Amino acid sequence: MSWLETLHTAFDAIRTRRMRSALTMLGILIGIAAVMLTVGLGQGAQKQVASQIDKLGSNLLIVTPGSTTSLTGVRGGRGSATTLTTADAAMLADRSVAPDVKAVAATSSTQTSLTANATNWTTSVVGTTPSWLQVRARTMGSGRFFTAAELAAAQPEVVLGETTAQELFGARDPVGEQVTIGSQPFTIIGVLATVGSTVGGDQDDQAVVPATTYANVVSPTAGTSVASIYLEAAGQDALSAAYQEANNALLTSHGVAETASDFTLSSQESIVQTATSTSRTLTVLLGGIAAISLLVGGIGVMNIMLVSVTERIREIGLRKALGATPRVILRQFLTEASMLGFAGGVLGLLLGMLGAAVLPSLIGQPVTVSAVAAVAAIAISVVIGVVAGVYPAGRAARLSPIDALRSE
Amino acid sequence: MSPDPAYALFPDPEPATRPVPGPDLPTEPILRLTDVGKTYRSGALAVEALRGVTLSVDEGDFVAIMGPSGSGKSTLMHILGCLDVPSTGTYRLGGEDVSTMKESQLADVRNRRIGFVFQQFNLLPTMSAWRNVELPLVYAGLSRPARKARAVEALARVGLADRIDHRPGELSGGQQQRVSVARALVTDPQLILADEPTGNLDSVSTEDVLALFDELHEQGRTIVLITHEQDVADRARRSVQIRDGQFIDAAATHTRVGAAT
Ligand SMILES: Nc1ncnc2c1ncn2[C@@H]1O[C@H](COP(=O)(O)OP(=O)(O)OP(=O)(O)O)[C@@H](O)[C@H]1O
Ligand SMILES: [Mg+2]
Repeated sequence: MSWLETLHTAFDAIRTRRMRSALTMLGILIGIAAVMLTVGLGQGAQKQVASQIDKLGSNLLIVTPGSTTSLTGVRGGRGSATTLTTADAAMLADRSVAPDVKAVAATSSTQTSLTANATNWTTSVVGTTPSWLQVRARTMGSGRFFTAAELAAAQPEVVLGETTAQELFGARDPVGEQVTIGSQPFTIIGVLATVGSTVGGDQDDQAVVPATTYANVVSPTAGTSVASIYLEAAGQDALSAAYQEANNALLTSHGVAETASDFTLSSQESIVQTATSTSRTLTVLLGGIAAISLLVGGIGVMNIMLVSVTERIREIGLRKALGATPRVILRQFLTEASMLGFAGGVLGLLLGMLGAAVLPSLIGQPVTVSAVAAVAAIAISVVIGVVAGVYPAGRAARLSPIDALRSE
Repeated sequence: MSPDPAYALFPDPEPATRPVPGPDLPTEPILRLTDVGKTYRSGALAVEALRGVTLSVDEGDFVAIMGPSGSGKSTLMHILGCLDVPSTGTYRLGGEDVSTMKESQLADVRNRRIGFVFQQFNLLPTMSAWRNVELPLVYAGLSRPARKARAVEALARVGLADRIDHRPGELSGGQQQRVSVARALVTDPQLILADEPTGNLDSVSTEDVLALFDELHEQGRTIVLITHEQDVADRARRSVQIRDGQFIDAAATHTRVGAAT
């Protein structure tokens, strides 16, 4: 009996028992769709986090005070330690100290209320240097950033994020207008181009002022300490060299050993890893639960195949009497089971893809469906079908033709 | 029409062409049972369904096996049909010892050499008449068009040319049994085994089916028919009586017993 004939027979058997076959497939279908969506959601979340961290800048190293290796350092100004100063930033900017560091921007920030024309808006006010724009990979939407001269002169000038500008001035271009920060009037010299959210919060909702002005007006108690120092390496290849140089320079100037370091130097990559590991754990957990539902679907296939063998015992006996070898019977039932698995897998894949298209707009989370996942889904379904079919098919193949014909 | 010479369709209705004893085996009967016993064992209980049955059937013969219920008729037919193997004794089919064959070889023998007609018809209810009839050809490995052509031809021979697409449920009992005769014929087997083929039929349908067997016999096919009705047995060339797993009259194995007792 040819494979084509076997497929034909299996297809006939499935078609004849439409309702039951459909319900059997449903088990596989739901399992596959559930696995695809949970894994897709997890991957989507990881991608999102990774792309947000990418937006922080490129080839970035971040120095935060204290020796914790948590994400809090990135958020800036949260840590209570004040071991980083503007002097550290100046030292790292020195080409002879750290030749692989291209640009340095020290930042401090605090939540403060901004007032313009009787409109109030509380946002994060950041004090930094002109290199911030480059290091954080930002561009100007309108106006300009402050210069080194303006930094030195501690000018009361501010650059607003897109959201902040809109909250205070609406659709109007605020460049040249005045805004009051901590009772001191500032001139708005520019508005940053929008980038959206990152792990560090809404990057469009902030007000950037010269570090000197920040120390004088916004946060006089901070002195020369800074919340974080952003370092941009000269390139992708220079990243590890830049890391070493910055680490050594800081250890030397702080006079501490590696084990007792009072700062944390983290790379963008390590931040991505920390941030995605949480969502990965969740993905594995949810995917595991979904996989169990797939397993239950597989048991459903096995159950239905066993029922089918019992129910078709006369048919099996007849087929054997007419010349079907045990091997042919085995093949027929295995094919039937794997066909159920395959059909369930294909339908599950379609449902999963539909879910991946619809879900993001409902829950606001991206869902990633890769070609690998699609192929794997179908392959897994077929394997489940075959595995679930082995025992029932073996039973059918071993039936003695007379016992089978005799049964009523 | 038929691509496979091993399945040259139905032979000409000339009895003389059918029995072709090979020159090397001039007198080998198509089937020969020698002292065959069959014991069913279920736990401590052993049922001797057959005890020392000896029977030989020549090519072209038409033998009826008669006996009361439980006498071992079906058991005998299962052994003759290679659906079961004897516990003791030997069974040679077409000169070959069946007891040495493996399961897959037995399946092949059933497929090529034997056509079965059952009392319960044993048609697959979800398939049309011609799909039922082609079933043995599926396992013989014929192509679909060839199978259909031969199935339709076999159905025409049993007078059901206009019923090829009907399902068993849409046919009368007599018609269903004719479908199963067509299925038994479709591989052009040497031997046709029928276990109470008229047991479930009324007198008119019985006559239809028996007329078919007569016709097959005239064409030179070997037929072994099991029945417990005397008038059915009378259609055969000879009949044997079985009681408690044994043939009761040695003479019966040679000539027809008739109605006289
Ligand atoms: N699988 C089995 N296990 C145990 N005993 C069996 C089995 N098959 C048949 N028998 C016994 O063997 C004996 C012969 O059975 P068989 O079916 O051959 O009778 P039969 O002549 O065909 O009867 P009927 O005319 O009722 O069909 C019976 O006593 C039966 O109970
Ligand atoms: Mg019987």
